Amino acid sequence: MLDELYQDLILDHHRRPRNKRPCPACSCRAEGANALCGDSLVVGVSLDGERIASVSFEGQGCAISQASASMMTEAVQGLSVADALALGGELRALLRGEAPARDLGDLQSLEGIARFPVRIKCALLPWTTLEHALAPPAAREERR
Amino acid sequence: MTLLRAAAATAARRGARSAELDLDRLRADFPALEREHDGRRQVYLDSAASSQTPRAVLDAMSRYYLEQRANVHRGDYALAFEATLAYEAARDRIARFLGAPDRRGVVFTRGTTEALNLVAHAWGRRHLGPGDEVLLTVAEHHSNLVPWQLAARARGATLRFLPLTEEGELDLSALDRLLTRRTRLLAVTGMSNVLGARVPLAALVSAARSVGARVLVDAAQLALHERIDLAGLGADFLALSGHKLLGPTGIGVLAARPERLEEMDPFLAGGEMVDDVTLEGATWNELPYRFEAGTPPIAEAIGLGAALDYLEGIGFAAIRAREAALTRHGLALLDAGRGVRLLGPRDPARRAPVFSFSVVDASGDPIHPHDLATLLGAEGVAVRAGHQCARPLLRELGLSAVTRASCAFYTSLAELDALAAAIDHARTFFSRPRARG
Repeated sequence: MLDELYQDLILDHHRRPRNKRPCPACSCRAEGANALCGDSLVVGVSLDGERIASVSFEGQGCAISQASASMMTEAVQGLSVADALALGGELRALLRGEAPARDLGDLQSLEGIARFPVRIKCALLPWTTLEHALAPPAAREERR
Repeated sequence: MTLLRAAAATAARRGARSAELDLDRLRADFPALEREHDGRRQVYLDSAASSQTPRAVLDAMSRYYLEQRANVHRGDYALAFEATLAYEAARDRIARFLGAPDRRGVVFTRGTTEALNLVAHAWGRRHLGPGDEVLLTVAEHHSNLVPWQLAARARGATLRFLPLTEEGELDLSALDRLLTRRTRLLAVTGMSNVLGARVPLAALVSAARSVGARVLVDAAQLALHERIDLAGLGADFLALSGHKLLGPTGIGVLAARPERLEEMDPFLAGGEMVDDVTLEGATWNELPYRFEAGTPPIAEAIGLGAALDYLEGIGFAAIRAREAALTRHGLALLDAGRGVRLLGPRDPARRAPVFSFSVVDASGDPIHPHDLATLLGAEGVAVRAGHQCARPLLRELGLSAVTRASCAFYTSLAELDALAAAIDHARTFFSRPRARG
Protein backbone atom coordinates (compact mmCIF):
# COMPACT_ATOMS: atom_id res chain seq x y z
CA MET A 1 0.00 0.00 0.00
CA LEU A 2 2.85 2.38 0.88
CA ASP A 3 4.77 1.56 -2.27
CA GLU A 4 1.63 2.37 -4.22
CA LEU A 5 1.61 5.84 -2.69
CA TYR A 6 5.31 6.58 -2.67
CA GLN A 7 6.21 5.07 -6.03
CA ASP A 8 9.86 5.26 -7.07
CA LEU A 9 8.99 7.86 -9.67
CA ILE A 10 7.36 10.08 -7.03
CA LEU A 11 10.31 9.81 -4.69
CA ASP A 12 12.64 10.55 -7.59
CA HIS A 13 10.75 13.75 -8.42
CA HIS A 14 10.75 14.61 -4.72
CA ARG A 15 14.52 14.18 -4.44
CA ARG A 16 15.44 15.72 -7.78
CA PRO A 17 12.63 18.18 -8.49
CA ARG A 18 12.50 19.37 -12.12
CA ASN A 19 12.07 23.05 -12.92
CA LYS A 20 12.33 24.08 -9.29
CA ARG A 21 13.68 27.61 -9.51
CA PRO A 22 12.53 31.15 -8.90
CA CYS A 23 10.97 32.90 -11.86
CA PRO A 24 10.69 36.60 -11.04
CA ALA A 25 10.15 37.53 -14.70
CA CYS A 26 7.35 35.04 -15.40
CA SER A 27 4.28 36.68 -16.91
CA CYS A 28 1.88 34.59 -14.80
CA ARG A 29 2.52 33.77 -11.18
CA ALA A 30 0.47 32.55 -8.27
CA GLU A 31 1.06 31.46 -4.72
CA GLY A 32 -0.67 28.48 -3.19
CA ALA A 33 -0.68 27.05 0.31
CA ASN A 34 -2.16 24.23 2.33
CA ALA A 35 -2.17 25.94 5.71
CA LEU A 36 -2.94 22.70 7.51
CA CYS A 37 0.27 21.06 6.32
CA GLY A 38 2.37 24.20 6.17
CA ASP A 39 2.99 23.57 2.47
CA SER A 40 3.41 26.57 0.24
CA LEU A 41 4.60 27.09 -3.28
CA VAL A 42 4.81 29.61 -6.08
CA VAL A 43 4.15 28.58 -9.68
CA GLY A 44 5.46 30.81 -12.47
CA VAL A 45 4.49 30.48 -16.13
CA SER A 46 5.82 32.19 -19.22
CA LEU A 47 3.31 32.21 -22.04
CA ASP A 48 4.03 32.37 -25.74
CA GLY A 49 0.60 33.43 -26.97
CA GLU A 50 -1.75 30.72 -25.72
CA ARG A 51 1.09 28.23 -25.30
CA ILE A 52 3.02 27.52 -22.10
CA ALA A 53 6.63 28.33 -23.03
CA SER A 54 8.08 27.52 -19.61
CA VAL A 55 6.85 26.75 -16.15
CA SER A 56 8.67 26.53 -12.85
CA PHE A 57 7.93 26.33 -9.15
CA GLU A 58 9.53 27.00 -5.80
CA GLY A 59 8.49 26.43 -2.24
CA GLN A 60 8.36 23.69 0.32
CA GLY A 61 6.13 20.82 1.17
CA CYS A 62 5.73 17.11 1.58
CA ALA A 63 7.07 14.54 -0.87
CA ILE A 64 3.69 14.28 -2.59
CA SER A 65 3.18 17.99 -3.20
CA GLN A 66 6.79 18.53 -4.30
CA ALA A 67 6.78 15.53 -6.64
CA SER A 68 3.40 16.52 -8.06
CA ALA A 69 4.69 20.05 -8.72
CA SER A 70 7.78 18.71 -10.42
CA MET A 71 5.76 16.34 -12.62
CA MET A 72 3.32 19.09 -13.44
CA THR A 73 6.03 21.38 -14.80
CA GLU A 74 7.13 18.66 -17.20
CA ALA A 75 3.60 17.64 -18.16
CA VAL A 76 2.27 21.07 -19.12
CA GLN A 77 5.41 22.36 -20.86
CA GLY A 78 4.45 23.29 -24.42
CA LEU A 79 0.73 22.72 -23.92
CA SER A 80 -1.90 25.33 -24.68
CA VAL A 81 -3.48 26.91 -21.61
CA ALA A 82 -6.74 25.09 -22.34
CA ASP A 83 -4.98 21.71 -22.65
CA ALA A 84 -3.03 22.31 -19.43
CA LEU A 85 -6.24 23.09 -17.54
CA ALA A 86 -7.90 20.03 -19.07
CA LEU A 87 -4.97 17.87 -17.97
CA GLY A 88 -5.47 19.17 -14.42
CA GLY A 89 -9.07 17.99 -14.67
CA GLU A 90 -7.93 14.54 -15.78
CA LEU A 91 -5.56 14.36 -12.79
CA ARG A 92 -8.39 15.30 -10.43
CA ALA A 93 -10.46 12.46 -11.86
CA LEU A 94 -7.53 10.05 -11.44
CA LEU A 95 -7.21 11.08 -7.77
CA ARG A 96 -10.93 10.45 -7.30
CA GLY A 97 -10.19 6.90 -8.32
CA GLU A 98 -11.57 7.14 -11.87
CA ALA A 99 -9.80 5.28 -14.64
CA PRO A 100 -8.24 7.77 -17.07
CA ALA A 101 -9.26 7.76 -20.73
CA ARG A 102 -5.61 7.86 -21.78
CA ASP A 103 -2.14 7.32 -20.42
CA LEU A 104 -1.21 10.35 -18.34
CA GLY A 105 2.52 9.59 -18.40
CA ASP A 106 4.41 10.29 -15.17
CA LEU A 107 1.23 11.73 -13.64
CA GLN A 108 -0.18 8.21 -13.70
CA SER A 109 2.15 7.37 -10.81
CA LEU A 110 0.03 9.59 -8.55
CA GLU A 111 -2.98 7.27 -8.79
CA GLY A 112 -2.15 5.47 -5.51
CA ILE A 113 -3.00 8.70 -3.67
CA ALA A 114 -6.68 8.02 -4.32
CA ARG A 115 -6.49 5.54 -1.42
CA PHE A 116 -5.15 8.22 0.96
CA PRO A 117 -7.96 10.80 0.99
CA VAL A 118 -6.21 13.33 3.23
CA ARG A 119 -3.23 13.44 0.87
CA ILE A 120 -5.19 14.29 -2.29
CA LYS A 121 -4.96 18.00 -1.55
CA CYS A 122 -1.16 17.66 -1.39
CA ALA A 123 -1.06 16.39 -4.96
CA LEU A 124 -3.54 19.01 -6.16
CA LEU A 125 -1.86 22.05 -4.58
CA PRO A 126 0.50 22.68 -7.54
CA TRP A 127 -2.35 22.28 -10.01
CA THR A 128 -4.68 24.62 -8.15
CA THR A 129 -1.84 27.13 -8.02
CA LEU A 130 -1.18 26.70 -11.74
CA GLU A 131 -4.85 27.35 -12.47
CA HIS A 132 -4.66 30.55 -10.47
CA ALA A 133 -1.53 31.58 -12.34
CA LEU A 134 -3.17 30.98 -15.70
CA ALA A 135 -6.67 32.25 -15.06
CA PRO A 136 -7.07 36.03 -15.15
CA PRO A 137 -8.86 37.31 -12.00
CA ALA A 138 -12.13 37.93 -13.87
CA ALA A 139 -12.28 34.38 -15.19
CA ARG A 140 -11.48 33.10 -11.72
CA GLU A 141 -14.47 34.90 -10.28
CA GLU A 142 -16.71 33.20 -12.82
CA ARG A 143 -15.39 29.76 -11.98
CA ARG A 144 -16.36 30.14 -8.33
CA MET B 1 7.34 -6.38 10.80
CA THR B 2 9.24 -9.02 12.78
CA LEU B 3 11.25 -6.12 14.15
CA LEU B 4 8.08 -4.44 15.39
CA ARG B 5 6.81 -7.61 17.00
CA ALA B 6 10.12 -8.26 18.79
CA ALA B 7 10.20 -4.68 20.07
CA ALA B 8 6.61 -4.99 21.23
CA ALA B 9 7.30 -8.24 23.07
CA THR B 10 10.32 -6.77 24.87
CA ALA B 11 8.40 -3.73 25.96
CA ALA B 12 5.38 -5.77 26.99
CA ARG B 13 7.62 -7.64 29.46
CA ARG B 14 9.11 -4.40 30.70
CA GLY B 15 5.66 -2.78 30.96
CA ALA B 16 4.28 -5.63 33.03
CA ARG B 17 6.99 -5.04 35.61
CA SER B 18 6.79 -1.25 35.86
CA ALA B 19 3.10 -0.42 35.68
CA GLU B 20 0.92 -0.67 38.73
CA LEU B 21 -2.27 -0.96 36.73
CA ASP B 22 -3.14 -4.22 35.05
CA LEU B 23 -2.82 -2.73 31.62
CA ASP B 24 -4.19 -5.70 29.68
CA ARG B 25 -7.35 -5.73 31.72
CA LEU B 26 -7.71 -1.99 31.54
CA ARG B 27 -7.22 -1.90 27.79
CA ALA B 28 -9.95 -4.50 27.36
CA ASP B 29 -12.37 -1.80 28.57
CA PHE B 30 -11.64 0.19 25.38
CA PRO B 31 -13.05 -1.72 22.40
CA ALA B 32 -11.33 0.47 19.80
CA LEU B 33 -7.88 -0.32 21.21
CA GLU B 34 -8.44 -3.94 20.21
CA ARG B 35 -8.71 -3.08 16.57
CA GLU B 36 -6.27 -4.72 14.21
CA HIS B 37 -4.46 -3.23 11.27
CA ASP B 38 -3.06 -5.65 8.67
CA GLY B 39 -3.11 -8.46 11.18
CA ARG B 40 -1.36 -6.44 13.91
CA ARG B 41 -2.80 -4.56 16.85
CA GLN B 42 -3.44 -0.93 15.91
CA VAL B 43 -1.21 1.49 17.84
CA TYR B 44 -3.25 4.51 18.90
CA LEU B 45 -1.06 7.51 19.70
CA ASP B 46 -3.53 10.31 19.02
CA SER B 47 -5.24 10.59 22.40
CA ALA B 48 -4.55 14.33 22.58
CA ALA B 49 -6.82 14.72 19.55
CA SER B 50 -9.48 12.40 20.96
CA SER B 51 -9.19 9.84 23.70
CA GLN B 52 -10.67 6.36 23.37
CA THR B 53 -13.97 5.57 25.04
CA PRO B 54 -14.48 2.82 27.62
CA ARG B 55 -17.47 0.53 27.31
CA ALA B 56 -18.95 1.93 30.55
CA VAL B 57 -19.55 5.24 28.77
CA LEU B 58 -21.31 3.56 25.86
CA ASP B 59 -23.41 1.53 28.31
CA ALA B 60 -24.55 4.66 30.16
CA MET B 61 -25.47 6.35 26.89
CA SER B 62 -27.32 3.24 25.68
CA ARG B 63 -29.24 3.08 28.94
CA TYR B 64 -30.50 6.59 28.31
CA TYR B 65 -31.56 5.80 24.75
CA LEU B 66 -33.03 2.39 25.60
CA GLU B 67 -34.68 3.10 28.95
CA GLN B 68 -34.85 6.81 29.77
CA ARG B 69 -35.34 8.45 26.40
CA ALA B 70 -37.14 11.75 26.86
CA ASN B 71 -36.35 15.43 26.88
CA VAL B 72 -35.11 16.98 30.10
CA HIS B 73 -36.68 19.64 32.33
CA ARG B 74 -40.20 19.13 30.97
CA GLY B 75 -42.68 16.33 30.70
CA ASP B 76 -44.77 15.11 33.61
CA TYR B 77 -44.03 11.44 33.20
CA ALA B 78 -41.57 8.92 34.53
CA LEU B 79 -39.30 8.83 31.48
CA ALA B 80 -38.84 12.59 31.59
CA PHE B 81 -38.16 12.52 35.32
CA GLU B 82 -35.53 9.83 34.91
CA ALA B 83 -33.87 11.59 31.98
CA THR B 84 -33.73 14.84 33.94
CA LEU B 85 -32.34 13.10 36.99
CA ALA B 86 -29.65 11.37 34.94
CA TYR B 87 -28.70 14.59 33.17
CA GLU B 88 -28.52 16.60 36.38
CA ALA B 89 -26.63 13.80 38.13
CA ALA B 90 -24.01 14.15 35.40
CA ARG B 91 -23.71 17.84 36.25
CA ASP B 92 -23.13 16.99 39.93
CA ARG B 93 -20.61 14.38 38.88
CA ILE B 94 -18.66 16.94 36.89
CA ALA B 95 -18.82 19.52 39.68
CA ARG B 96 -17.33 16.92 42.04
CA PHE B 97 -14.66 15.92 39.52
CA LEU B 98 -13.52 19.50 39.04
CA GLY B 99 -13.78 20.52 42.67
CA ALA B 100 -16.34 23.13 41.65
CA PRO B 101 -18.09 24.30 44.83
CA ASP B 102 -21.38 25.19 43.15
CA ARG B 103 -23.28 23.18 40.52
CA ARG B 104 -24.82 26.43 39.28
CA GLY B 105 -21.43 27.19 37.77
CA VAL B 106 -21.31 24.00 35.68
CA VAL B 107 -22.62 24.69 32.17
CA PHE B 108 -22.84 22.00 29.51
CA THR B 109 -21.58 23.07 26.08
CA ARG B 110 -20.77 21.22 22.87
CA GLY B 111 -17.09 21.24 23.76
CA THR B 112 -14.16 23.41 24.81
CA THR B 113 -14.47 25.55 21.70
CA GLU B 114 -18.05 26.51 22.48
CA ALA B 115 -17.21 27.12 26.15
CA LEU B 116 -14.38 29.48 25.19
CA ASN B 117 -16.57 31.27 22.66
CA LEU B 118 -19.23 31.62 25.32
CA VAL B 119 -16.84 33.45 27.64
CA ALA B 120 -15.23 35.53 24.89
CA HIS B 121 -18.65 36.60 23.69
CA ALA B 122 -20.79 36.93 26.82
CA TRP B 123 -18.11 37.98 29.31
CA GLY B 124 -16.00 39.89 26.78
CA ARG B 125 -18.94 41.91 25.50
CA ARG B 126 -19.71 43.02 29.04
CA HIS B 127 -16.24 43.53 30.47
CA LEU B 128 -13.85 44.50 27.70
CA GLY B 129 -13.46 48.02 26.37
CA PRO B 130 -10.93 50.27 24.65
CA GLY B 131 -7.58 50.21 26.45
CA ASP B 132 -8.33 46.90 28.19
CA GLU B 133 -6.01 43.97 27.70
CA VAL B 134 -6.40 40.21 27.57
CA LEU B 135 -3.24 38.24 28.31
CA LEU B 136 -2.86 34.94 26.43
CA THR B 137 0.20 32.81 25.76
CA VAL B 138 1.88 32.09 22.43
CA ALA B 139 1.12 28.41 23.02
CA GLU B 140 -2.68 28.69 22.82
CA HIS B 141 -4.74 26.40 20.65
CA HIS B 142 -6.57 28.37 17.96
CA SER B 143 -9.79 27.94 19.94
CA ASN B 144 -8.39 29.97 22.85
CA LEU B 145 -6.96 32.60 20.51
CA VAL B 146 -9.35 33.36 17.67
CA PRO B 147 -12.42 34.01 19.92
CA TRP B 148 -10.30 36.58 21.78
CA GLN B 149 -9.14 38.15 18.54
CA LEU B 150 -12.79 38.65 17.61
CA ALA B 151 -13.75 39.93 21.07
CA ALA B 152 -10.79 42.33 21.15
CA ARG B 153 -11.65 43.65 17.69
CA ALA B 154 -15.30 44.15 18.62
CA ARG B 155 -14.51 45.90 21.90
CA GLY B 156 -11.35 47.81 21.00
CA ALA B 157 -9.29 45.79 23.47
CA THR B 158 -5.71 44.58 22.99
CA LEU B 159 -4.27 41.07 23.19
CA ARG B 160 -0.90 40.43 24.84
CA PHE B 161 1.05 37.18 24.80
CA LEU B 162 3.21 35.46 27.36
CA PRO B 163 6.30 34.12 25.52
CA LEU B 164 8.09 30.77 25.87
CA THR B 165 11.50 29.94 27.25
CA GLU B 166 14.10 28.11 25.11
CA GLU B 167 12.93 24.85 26.68
CA GLY B 168 9.39 25.38 25.46
CA GLU B 169 7.80 26.39 28.76
CA LEU B 170 5.91 29.57 29.61
CA ASP B 171 8.31 32.37 30.50
CA LEU B 172 6.92 33.53 33.83
CA SER B 173 9.64 36.18 34.10
CA ALA B 174 7.64 38.19 31.54
CA LEU B 175 4.56 38.25 33.78
CA ASP B 176 5.64 41.39 35.62
CA ARG B 177 5.84 43.29 32.37
CA LEU B 178 2.67 41.87 30.80
CA LEU B 179 0.25 41.77 33.72
CA THR B 180 -0.85 45.32 34.49
CA ARG B 181 -3.87 47.15 35.80
CA ARG B 182 -5.12 47.17 32.21
CA THR B 183 -5.26 43.34 32.16
CA ARG B 184 -8.89 42.28 32.44
CA LEU B 185 -8.35 38.59 31.83
CA LEU B 186 -5.63 35.96 31.69
CA ALA B 187 -6.75 33.18 29.31
CA VAL B 188 -4.25 30.36 29.40
CA THR B 189 -4.01 26.73 28.41
CA GLY B 190 -3.60 24.29 31.28
CA MET B 191 -1.40 22.16 29.03
CA SER B 192 -0.25 22.85 25.50
CA ASN B 193 -1.57 20.34 22.98
CA VAL B 194 1.77 20.61 21.16
CA LEU B 195 4.46 20.92 23.83
CA GLY B 196 2.99 18.65 26.48
CA ALA B 197 4.61 20.92 29.08
CA ARG B 198 2.94 21.23 32.45
CA VAL B 199 1.80 24.75 33.23
CA PRO B 200 2.33 26.39 36.65
CA LEU B 201 -1.33 27.32 36.92
CA ALA B 202 -1.32 28.25 40.60
CA ALA B 203 1.44 30.82 40.07
CA LEU B 204 -0.32 32.23 36.99
CA VAL B 205 -3.67 32.52 38.74
CA SER B 206 -2.24 34.27 41.76
CA ALA B 207 -0.22 36.70 39.60
CA ALA B 208 -3.32 37.53 37.56
CA ARG B 209 -5.48 37.99 40.61
CA SER B 210 -2.93 40.31 42.19
CA VAL B 211 -3.64 42.84 39.42
CA GLY B 212 -7.39 42.21 39.60
CA ALA B 213 -7.59 40.21 36.36
CA ARG B 214 -10.01 37.32 35.86
CA VAL B 215 -8.58 33.94 34.89
CA LEU B 216 -9.75 31.42 32.32
CA VAL B 217 -8.10 28.01 31.97
CA ASP B 218 -8.41 26.01 28.76
CA ALA B 219 -8.27 22.55 30.31
CA ALA B 220 -9.00 20.57 27.14
CA GLN B 221 -5.60 18.84 27.28
CA LEU B 222 -5.01 19.09 30.99
CA ALA B 223 -8.08 17.25 32.23
CA LEU B 224 -6.96 13.73 31.24
CA HIS B 225 -3.52 14.17 32.79
CA GLU B 226 -3.96 15.97 36.11
CA ARG B 227 -6.52 16.29 38.83
CA ILE B 228 -8.19 19.70 38.65
CA ASP B 229 -9.25 21.51 41.81
CA LEU B 230 -11.16 24.53 40.63
CA ALA B 231 -11.89 25.97 44.08
CA GLY B 232 -8.29 25.54 45.19
CA LEU B 233 -6.96 26.99 41.96
CA GLY B 234 -9.15 30.07 42.20
CA ALA B 235 -9.73 30.42 38.46
CA ASP B 236 -12.90 32.16 37.25
CA PHE B 237 -13.54 29.99 34.19
CA LEU B 238 -12.41 26.55 33.09
CA ALA B 239 -13.30 24.85 29.83
CA LEU B 240 -12.97 21.21 28.82
CA SER B 241 -14.16 18.67 26.25
CA GLY B 242 -15.74 15.30 26.91
CA HIS B 243 -14.13 13.57 23.97
CA LYS B 244 -10.62 14.25 25.28
CA LEU B 245 -11.64 12.86 28.67
CA LEU B 246 -12.83 9.35 27.71
CA GLY B 247 -16.30 10.74 27.01
CA PRO B 248 -18.32 11.10 23.82
CA THR B 249 -18.00 13.86 21.24
CA GLY B 250 -20.42 16.78 21.28
CA ILE B 251 -20.22 17.53 24.99
CA GLY B 252 -18.05 19.93 26.93
CA VAL B 253 -18.15 21.96 30.08
CA LEU B 254 -17.71 25.53 31.12
CA ALA B 255 -17.11 25.55 34.86
CA ALA B 256 -17.24 29.04 36.30
CA ARG B 257 -17.68 30.98 39.49
CA PRO B 258 -21.44 31.57 39.58
CA GLU B 259 -20.90 35.27 40.30
CA ARG B 260 -19.07 35.58 36.96
CA LEU B 261 -21.97 33.96 35.13
CA GLU B 262 -24.49 36.10 37.00
CA GLU B 263 -22.99 39.25 35.53
CA MET B 264 -23.11 37.95 31.94
CA ASP B 265 -25.92 38.08 29.42
CA PRO B 266 -26.72 34.81 27.61
CA PHE B 267 -24.56 33.54 24.75
CA LEU B 268 -27.04 31.48 22.75
CA ALA B 269 -30.73 32.27 23.03
CA GLY B 270 -33.76 30.01 22.71
CA GLY B 271 -35.71 27.61 24.83
CA GLU B 272 -34.74 26.73 28.39
CA MET B 273 -32.45 29.74 28.90
CA VAL B 274 -35.35 32.13 29.55
CA ASP B 275 -37.53 32.82 32.54
CA ASP B 276 -40.42 34.85 31.11
CA VAL B 277 -40.83 35.86 27.46
CA THR B 278 -43.08 38.49 25.97
CA LEU B 279 -43.21 39.57 22.34
CA GLU B 280 -40.95 42.46 23.29
CA GLY B 281 -38.34 40.80 25.46
CA ALA B 282 -37.33 38.12 27.91
CA THR B 283 -35.86 37.60 31.34
CA TRP B 284 -33.20 35.01 31.95
CA ASN B 285 -33.49 31.66 33.60
CA GLU B 286 -31.42 30.89 36.71
CA LEU B 287 -27.92 29.45 36.49
CA PRO B 288 -26.70 27.32 34.87
CA TYR B 289 -29.71 27.06 32.54
CA ARG B 290 -29.30 30.64 31.33
CA PHE B 291 -26.37 29.32 29.29
CA GLU B 292 -27.99 26.13 28.03
CA ALA B 293 -30.28 27.21 25.24
CA GLY B 294 -32.16 24.47 23.43
CA THR B 295 -32.28 20.76 24.14
CA PRO B 296 -28.83 19.85 25.45
CA PRO B 297 -26.74 16.83 24.41
CA ILE B 298 -28.39 14.65 27.06
CA ALA B 299 -26.88 11.26 26.30
CA GLU B 300 -23.48 12.89 25.89
CA ALA B 301 -23.68 14.59 29.28
CA ILE B 302 -24.63 11.27 30.86
CA GLY B 303 -21.77 9.62 28.98
CA LEU B 304 -19.31 12.21 30.27
CA GLY B 305 -20.51 11.57 33.81
CA ALA B 306 -19.83 7.85 33.30
CA ALA B 307 -16.39 8.65 31.89
CA LEU B 308 -15.50 10.54 35.06
CA ASP B 309 -16.72 7.61 37.18
CA TYR B 310 -14.41 5.37 35.17
CA LEU B 311 -11.49 7.78 35.43
CA GLU B 312 -11.81 8.18 39.17
CA GLY B 313 -12.11 4.42 39.52
CA ILE B 314 -8.57 4.31 38.18
CA GLY B 315 -7.45 7.35 40.13
CA PHE B 316 -5.10 10.15 39.25
CA ALA B 317 -2.29 8.70 41.38
CA ALA B 318 -2.21 5.60 39.17
CA ILE B 319 -2.64 7.75 36.07
CA ARG B 320 0.33 9.94 37.01
CA ALA B 321 2.48 6.89 37.66
CA ARG B 322 1.55 5.36 34.28
CA GLU B 323 2.18 8.65 32.53
CA ALA B 324 5.56 9.10 34.20
CA ALA B 325 6.62 5.70 32.87
CA LEU B 326 5.33 6.57 29.39
CA THR B 327 7.06 9.96 29.47
CA ARG B 328 10.41 8.50 30.48
CA HIS B 329 10.12 5.81 27.83
CA GLY B 330 9.10 8.29 25.14
CA LEU B 331 11.93 10.66 26.00
CA ALA B 332 14.43 7.81 25.80
CA LEU B 333 13.13 6.68 22.40
CA LEU B 334 12.58 10.03 20.73
CA ASP B 335 16.13 11.37 20.68
CA ALA B 336 18.64 12.75 18.23
CA GLY B 337 20.18 9.34 17.63
CA ARG B 338 16.92 8.42 15.91
CA GLY B 339 16.90 11.64 13.86
CA VAL B 340 14.19 13.10 16.10
CA ARG B 341 14.01 16.69 17.30
CA LEU B 342 11.55 16.71 20.19
CA LEU B 343 9.73 19.85 21.31
CA GLY B 344 9.09 20.76 24.93
CA PRO B 345 10.99 20.04 28.13
CA ARG B 346 13.27 16.96 28.44
CA ASP B 347 12.65 16.70 32.17
CA PRO B 348 9.95 14.03 32.61
CA ALA B 349 8.59 15.76 35.71
CA ARG B 350 7.78 18.85 33.66
CA ARG B 351 5.70 17.26 30.94
CA ALA B 352 3.02 14.78 30.00
CA PRO B 353 3.52 11.97 27.45
CA VAL B 354 2.46 14.17 24.53
CA PHE B 355 5.35 14.25 22.07
CA SER B 356 5.61 16.63 19.13
CA PHE B 357 8.66 16.24 16.97
CA SER B 358 10.34 16.54 13.58
CA VAL B 359 12.37 13.78 11.98
CA VAL B 360 15.25 13.75 9.51
CA ASP B 361 15.83 10.69 7.35
CA ALA B 362 18.97 8.55 7.43
CA SER B 363 20.67 10.98 5.02
CA GLY B 364 19.86 13.94 7.27
CA ASP B 365 17.10 15.37 5.07
CA PRO B 366 13.89 16.40 6.85
CA ILE B 367 10.89 14.11 6.42
CA HIS B 368 7.74 16.16 6.03
CA PRO B 369 5.34 15.46 8.93
CA HIS B 370 2.57 14.40 6.57
CA ASP B 371 4.85 11.95 4.78
CA LEU B 372 5.98 10.61 8.14
CA ALA B 373 2.43 10.31 9.49
CA THR B 374 1.34 8.53 6.31
CA LEU B 375 4.17 6.01 6.65
CA LEU B 376 3.40 5.47 10.33
CA GLY B 377 -0.31 5.17 9.54
CA ALA B 378 0.41 2.50 6.94
CA GLU B 379 2.11 0.50 9.72
CA GLY B 380 -0.91 0.92 11.97
CA VAL B 381 0.63 3.66 14.12
CA ALA B 382 -1.88 6.50 14.50
CA VAL B 383 -0.28 9.93 15.04
CA ARG B 384 -1.21 13.47 14.07
CA ALA B 385 0.68 15.59 11.55
CA GLY B 386 0.21 19.26 10.80
CA HIS B 387 0.07 22.58 12.60
CA GLN B 388 -1.89 21.04 15.51
CA CYS B 389 -4.26 24.05 15.53
CA ALA B 390 -1.45 26.16 16.98
CA ARG B 391 0.07 27.98 14.03
CA PRO B 392 1.38 30.95 16.04
CA LEU B 393 3.22 28.56 18.34
CA LEU B 394 4.78 26.63 15.46
CA ARG B 395 5.77 29.88 13.76
CA GLU B 396 7.42 30.90 17.03
CA LEU B 397 9.36 27.64 16.97
CA GLY B 398 10.35 28.13 13.32
CA LEU B 399 8.27 25.18 12.11
CA SER B 400 5.33 24.91 9.77
CA ALA B 401 4.17 21.48 10.87
CA VAL B 402 5.11 18.74 13.30
CA THR B 403 4.22 15.14 14.02
CA ARG B 404 2.60 14.44 17.37
CA ALA B 405 2.36 11.14 19.21
CA SER B 406 0.18 11.50 22.28
CA CYS B 407 -0.50 8.98 25.01
CA ALA B 408 -3.13 8.43 27.64
CA PHE B 409 -2.81 6.18 30.69
CA TYR B 410 -4.07 3.25 28.59
CA THR B 411 -1.15 3.57 26.18
CA SER B 412 1.40 0.78 26.51
CA LEU B 413 5.18 1.12 26.44
CA ALA B 414 5.07 -1.38 23.59
CA GLU B 415 3.07 1.13 21.55
CA LEU B 416 5.86 3.67 21.95
CA ASP B 417 8.35 0.99 20.87
CA ALA B 418 6.21 0.39 17.80
CA LEU B 419 6.31 4.13 17.09
CA ALA B 420 10.11 4.16 17.34
CA ALA B 421 10.43 1.14 15.06
CA ALA B 422 8.07 2.74 12.53
CA ILE B 423 10.09 5.98 12.61
CA ASP B 424 13.26 3.97 11.94
CA HIS B 425 11.53 2.30 9.03
CA ALA B 426 10.36 5.64 7.63
CA ARG B 427 13.87 7.08 7.85
CA THR B 428 15.22 4.20 5.81
CA PHE B 429 12.29 4.29 3.41
CA PHE B 430 12.93 7.90 2.46
CA SER B 431 16.68 7.68 2.16
CA ARG B 432 17.15 4.31 0.50
CA PRO B 433 18.56 4.38 -3.03
CA ARG B 434 15.87 4.27 -5.69
CA ALA B 435 15.67 3.25 -9.30
CA ARG B 436 15.68 6.29 -11.56
CA GLY B 437 12.24 7.34 -12.80
